[in-house]
Amino acid sequence: MTEQERIQKQRTERAAPVHDDVSVDVTKGDQLKADLDDLLDEIDEVLEENAEEFVRNYIQKGGE
Amino acid sequence: MAIPKVLGIETEYGIAGGPELDPIMASSIIVNAYAQRGRTRVNWDFEGETPELDARGLPSLTSFAPIVETHLANTVLTNGARLYVDHAHPEYSSPECRTPFEATLYDAAGEEVMRRALLVANESLPTHQAITLYKNNSDGKGNSYGTHENYLLTRTVEFGHVVRAMVPHFVSRQIVVGAGKVGAETKYGLESDPAFQLSQRAEFFEEIVGLETTLKRPIINTRDEPHADAERFRRLHVIIGDANMSQVATMVKLGATALLLSVLEDRGPDVFPSPPRHPVQAVRAFALDTTLTRTVPCEDGRQRSAWDFQDELWHLANDYAHLYGGQAVAAEDEVRVILVQWREMLDGVRDDADAVADRVDWVAKLRILHGYQGRYELGEGDAKLRAIDLQYHDLRAERSLAQRVGLRSLFDPDEVREAVHNPPSSTRAYFRGQCVARYPDQIVAANWDSVVFDLGQGPLQRVPMMDPLRGTAALTKDLLETSPTADDLLERLDR
Repeated sequence: MTEQERIQKQRTERAAPVHDDVSVDVTKGDQLKADLDDLLDEIDEVLEENAEEFVRNYIQKGGE
Repeated sequence: MAIPKVLGIETEYGIAGGPELDPIMASSIIVNAYAQRGRTRVNWDFEGETPELDARGLPSLTSFAPIVETHLANTVLTNGARLYVDHAHPEYSSPECRTPFEATLYDAAGEEVMRRALLVANESLPTHQAITLYKNNSDGKGNSYGTHENYLLTRTVEFGHVVRAMVPHFVSRQIVVGAGKVGAETKYGLESDPAFQLSQRAEFFEEIVGLETTLKRPIINTRDEPHADAERFRRLHVIIGDANMSQVATMVKLGATALLLSVLEDRGPDVFPSPPRHPVQAVRAFALDTTLTRTVPCEDGRQRSAWDFQDELWHLANDYAHLYGGQAVAAEDEVRVILVQWREMLDGVRDDADAVADRVDWVAKLRILHGYQGRYELGEGDAKLRAIDLQYHDLRAERSLAQRVGLRSLFDPDEVREAVHNPPSSTRAYFRGQCVARYPDQIVAANWDSVVFDLGQGPLQRVPMMDPLRGTAALTKDLLETSPTADDLLERLDR
């Protein structure tokens, strides 16, 4: 391989990979309103039973 | 010229429960649970192409005196990530990735790693000691923990120029990528007593520039630790960001920032919008304003809202992509997706929030809060609202609100599972992850810029990786696949 080819090859290797499937799934957006109503119907089953205690007990040490 | 924007995200997860409610012990249990179980689940399927190996791209070998680190809960995963206990939190530091899309995938893989760790850990704990994990950044009581982004920059960019160029973005991007928060928790925030803020983190920032991350947090962090050849590279360590549940938000957060850093490298700082006269006040004030109309005075005498800043910055990035190409950030299609999503989210938060409730975390969270509040006529301080805020970020499938609110996803579950086990092919994380998968018994330590082998005799051998773009699949896959043992690998590297 000549120096020129080597540099060319390195450039190619350093180029960003192409993801064939970079796309955002758009089908969900339309469902959103209905989904929110459904979510609010079931949310009490998802939320911790004793919200007050749950929130009070969630204490973290600072990080980073 | 802009260099490839190698990038990644480190996330400290909020943690509750565990024996004696000790967060350090609970974090260790999480990390160890995954480390022990994870090793048996290494995916050994490496069929496929065998690209030509360029030996000149390989790192050279050196020996060094034995230094054995004995942190109990600190492990390198086969996908190239680091999983460890940082302070009192389990932290996942993603592998170095080559594009925002890829880094978003490995951030999602981090969530999956934590979910698996949680399942394994809780199998061995009595129910009343069960651990829970949250991908958020504050406890609502004045304690914050970080989600930090990292971007590779050329060393030739002056640090002062980074500050000049990037402050407008870091104070304003929360309107698009903020995760939202009920109430306030710092002296400053409590003065305004808001029902809701756009960002989890904004009120914790007290300085414009500085080295700290836990006290007097700065908008621009000066940590100069490139984990790479310091003569050639900088690593911009960004501490002013929220953990996103929305994958699209994560991608736009990374993509927008990487594009703007490339603009800085190629065009210098003068093309950026004039910064706010008082950046700390600006970032806090913007967080408090869900109407997005609040403006702040800038150094050029103009008034700008966060939306104005983002609009100018989007045009800057968009023009750059057209004129210079966005190759430093990603391939053309991916750059286009980033710009389109950023634009839609920016227009959406101002003109039609419902249209972006499937992508913007603070909008999605606020919709649940408003919906619930309206249905049950709750007052602003109701604990249920704070519970909704916390559980938006809950990693447990049965308790997660983010999983129920209809956020768009970028990846199917198979891709995420794959990324849990296998490293990105595009950076040195490939070499690191592959070594951990193939030669686990011969590796005594690995970090961002080296892997250390113990072959059983002679000194430990360190393989340095000072260039994040070496050690890729293109450069090392063939070598790894034809080296059945670590001895073979090191012998061939040494040649």
